[in-house]
Amino acid sequence: MSNKIWVYIDHFQGEVLPTSWEIVGAGLELKGKFGGGVTALVFGQGIENLAQTAIHHGADEVLLADDTSLNDFRGEPFASLFSRLAKDAKPEVILFPTTTRARELAAMVAADLDVGVLTDVTALDVQEDGRIVATKPVYAGKVLSKVVSSSPIQVITIRVRAFPKPKADEARGGTITRVKPAIGEGEITTRVVEYKKAEEGVSLVDAGVIVSGGRGVSNNPGLEPPSDITDEREQEIWRARQGFKLIGDLARVLGGAVGASRAAVDAGYIPYSNQVGQTGKLVSPDLYIACGISGAIQHQAGMRNSKVIVAVNTDPEAPIFKLARYGVVGNLFAVLPPLTEALKKRLGK
Amino acid sequence: MNIVVCVKQVPDTAARVVVEDGRVNWGEAELVLNPWDEYAVEAALRVSEEHGGPVTAISIGGGEAKEALKPALAMGCSQAILISDPALKTLDSLATAKVLAAAIKKVGGVDLAFFGRQAVDADNGVTASQVARILGWSALTLVSVISSLDEQGRSIRVERSIEEGRQVTEGHLPAVLSMVKDFGEPRYPSFMGIRKASKAEIPVWTVGDLGIEPPTSTVSWSEVMNPPTREVTCEIITGDSLEAMAESLAGKIIAEKVL
Ligand SMILES: Cc1cc2nc3c(=O)[nH]c(=O)nc-3n(C[C@H](O)[C@H](O)[C@H](O)COP(=O)(O)OP(=O)(O)OC[C@H]3O[C@@H](n4cnc5c(N)ncnc54)[C@H](O)[C@@H]3O)c2cc1C
Ligand SMILES: Nc1ncnc2c1ncn2[C@@H]1O[C@H](COP(=O)(O)O)[C@@H](O)[C@H]1O
Repeated sequence: MSNKIWVYIDHFQGEVLPTSWEIVGAGLELKGKFGGGVTALVFGQGIENLAQTAIHHGADEVLLADDTSLNDFRGEPFASLFSRLAKDAKPEVILFPTTTRARELAAMVAADLDVGVLTDVTALDVQEDGRIVATKPVYAGKVLSKVVSSSPIQVITIRVRAFPKPKADEARGGTITRVKPAIGEGEITTRVVEYKKAEEGVSLVDAGVIVSGGRGVSNNPGLEPPSDITDEREQEIWRARQGFKLIGDLARVLGGAVGASRAAVDAGYIPYSNQVGQTGKLVSPDLYIACGISGAIQHQAGMRNSKVIVAVNTDPEAPIFKLARYGVVGNLFAVLPPLTEALKKRLGK
Repeated sequence: MNIVVCVKQVPDTAARVVVEDGRVNWGEAELVLNPWDEYAVEAALRVSEEHGGPVTAISIGGGEAKEALKPALAMGCSQAILISDPALKTLDSLATAKVLAAAIKKVGGVDLAFFGRQAVDADNGVTASQVARILGWSALTLVSVISSLDEQGRSIRVERSIEEGRQVTEGHLPAVLSMVKDFGEPRYPSFMGIRKASKAEIPVWTVGDLGIEPPTSTVSWSEVMNPPTREVTCEIITGDSLEAMAESLAGKIIAEKVL
């Protein structure tokens, strides 16, 4: 165990979150600047196969813990084990994806080791002396900061889609070392009872394409709600559903995810889990199509790093057009259906 | 239930924040209670309403951070404490967590400590987990629902928001909770609340009062920059018909090679 670069593989019930492989990619980019190669840590139950997959993605070694107490992610057993391993092997850099689980794990491991933690960074630079200078968007991306930890172990979480995913190579070999949990069930104060799964669909944060809707999705007075919906708010929500159906159709043709502004979420058009922005999800897809969204500063905070932005809005003065590469000044109810058709044809779907 | 809620003062999210002369500057923009912490205050108050007990709001900051404690008091917190000390000028997350953990210990007999999911200045989102770890308490982060709280059995059941949906988790008390927006809209301060808050005495604790050495911060911002401006000029798509416009836009999107 002489590899000084460690990466943590986050998964849910054996399903690896794609951003975990990006972290292996980040680890591989640091190779040569720290001792040895890259060690991946995989904890869980019934997840032995993930060790091989991590090696295929570029890990030289895997520390594998497979145990019933690790069946669900819980901070205590995961952090205790991780910290014990780190105290023994003294890695110099530990990289985590910035997922809900891995962010918590990074926080706890940093507390255990009494070292700093850099969160949600988008780039890594290594100085001569082995200090990493990371780039981190702060104030919702209005400012970029260079962040440095002077601790002997540099704990860093990396933003989703900041590093390319390495290609898997089934021929690659590596060592798998089995490790045992550090604490027993009796020392753990939490227990996972069950999961309530979200609706299936493309995950917003990993999505390469996002089509988002705002308050404008309910604005089609021409649409007649069914006569049994008499409440004005319900009628508005019904109209918004028709709008989001068009947005969903376009997203599906592009293999993308559906996003929303906070105004759409607050009005009850769509669940909060779809919200993009400062108090929603931070996304950076290759293509972001904003429909009926004005482009408030808090919305921009969540999507301004998208590669190509397209805006559909009735108001030519809407601030979203200042970010957009392409704009259509028009009613989304009229613009989206032919756009979906045209793209469907061109993509051969 | 003896409840603490930790709140931070941050620049308003609508503020224009820029780097000038190598320093972050938000001009005349107001400093406000971190928006995520409003959910934490709301959760703390609802638990207190149902189960009784005081709610103490705590903030680490300069003297001006009292202004972030006032809205918490106005919403209904029973008392507020400011932790302020020249030795705590620039704290990293772990140092912040150490100080908050010491403060929670000093309040004494705390059953639940509420946090926001993250502070919108640096969006670190690690403080709650670190405080839990330092105190050795149950960490229940990203909580959207408090399903039940059993005072006798000393346990709490919550739903946590994770990538895959909700995770129903039980923890022993004392526990640290960080709250997300799904929990429910924070209340507006009442008129009476605002009056009370404006008159409230907010005690200030120093590091010495906490009985700890000032913790060392190891994380620093070595440089701040304005992000590269987005060099885009928007091409407005025109055409004789909606179909023609759609064809034109579809062609341009394909040509961007982003699909
Ligand atoms: C603390 C805080 C945090 C916040 N966090 C977020 C966040 O995370 N995400 C977020 O999005 N917002 C956030 N906001 C809210 C933000 O300030 C805006 O209020 C919100 O983004 C507006 O949403 P919108 O663009 O959908 O609505 P509006 O601003 O009302 O814009 C609707 C747009 O739709 C257009 N339109 C209307 N009808 C049509 C039609 N038929 N076809 C096409 N276009 C049409 C209009 O011209 C208009 O530009 C936050 C605010 C605060 C104070
Ligand atoms: N200076 C502070 N004073 C009080 N609470 C804080 C402070 N900094 C962070 N917190 C709490 O920790 C949460 C997460 O902060 P962070 O980890 O910095 O994103 C915030 O929402 C607050 O509840």
